[in-house]
Amino acid sequence: MSGGFFSRGFRGRRRPVEQGTQLPPGQYLVEGFPVLSAGPTPRTPLEEEWDFSIIGEVDEPRRWTWKEFQALPSEEITRDIHCVTKWSKLGTRWEGVSVDTLLEGVETAAEFVMAFCDGGYTTNMPLEEVIGGKAWVAYAYEGEPLEPEHGGPVRLLVPHLYFWKSAKWVRGLRLLNHDEPGFWESLGYHNHGDPWREQRYWGD
Amino acid sequence: MGEFRLDGNAAAGPLREVFSFEVTTAQYSCVGCGRTDRLGAAMVYEVRQLGTIVRCPSCDNPLIRLAHNREGYLVDLRGTRYLTTG
Ligand SMILES: [Zn+2]
Repeated sequence: MSGGFFSRGFRGRRRPVEQGTQLPPGQYLVEGFPVLSAGPTPRTPLEEEWDFSIIGEVDEPRRWTWKEFQALPSEEITRDIHCVTKWSKLGTRWEGVSVDTLLEGVETAAEFVMAFCDGGYTTNMPLEEVIGGKAWVAYAYEGEPLEPEHGGPVRLLVPHLYFWKSAKWVRGLRLLNHDEPGFWESLGYHNHGDPWREQRYWGD
Repeated sequence: MGEFRLDGNAAAGPLREVFSFEVTTAQYSCVGCGRTDRLGAAMVYEVRQLGTIVRCPSCDNPLIRLAHNREGYLVDLRGTRYLTTG
């Protein structure tokens, strides 16, 4: 597009949604942040009970208390998110710990990972989908501590896959040699969940 | 050769009768904690177009998970030991 008469370049501070930004097929934009919960919101006492762990097919399990977790190097992340129920939200800002940081020094031959959560929720992914700067364990959203209804104290953030993979109330990652379907993946939802390939359901 | 096997169509009659039960008064038994109660007294989470999750009020175990996709409905009953229909 040439600029000139139709240029929108100086129209103020709207997010650059109009041009250059594409939504995955079948998605529409929302401004709010819809809450989707398949169960009650857990409230695990942070100091006394909460921890985050890496378990399963690892040389040695890793575990962090809340205090230790907060002391890990964190990153600021700005990404678009896409829910399988068709809403997308652009430029969401998060802060959290990269999964790369959590897996540093972990020796494993595992090829899959199952995220497990307070409340019993699970979601599965190939390990390679959560390493290499593609996934985080986030504790802040838009500069504020992550609210319980949005998955606080921490949620997994895997923005390049449908948002059910970004498990709320995540408590750890179980590394696995074989793939296993998680909560929605065993209920008709796609095992991989790539929004750009519109992998919503089994058979997509 | 006492074995007498029929294909699934043979079960259509009794299954049709069973699966048209009155849901609210049916009794479930929870795989998680063994609680037995009316389904109508369980807790239901409607997850915006994703599915419907019926949970045990004692232990939060999902008794029934129901999702709809373009093919139709998918019902997962692994959290229910059995259902008794009235
Ligand atoms: Zn129960």
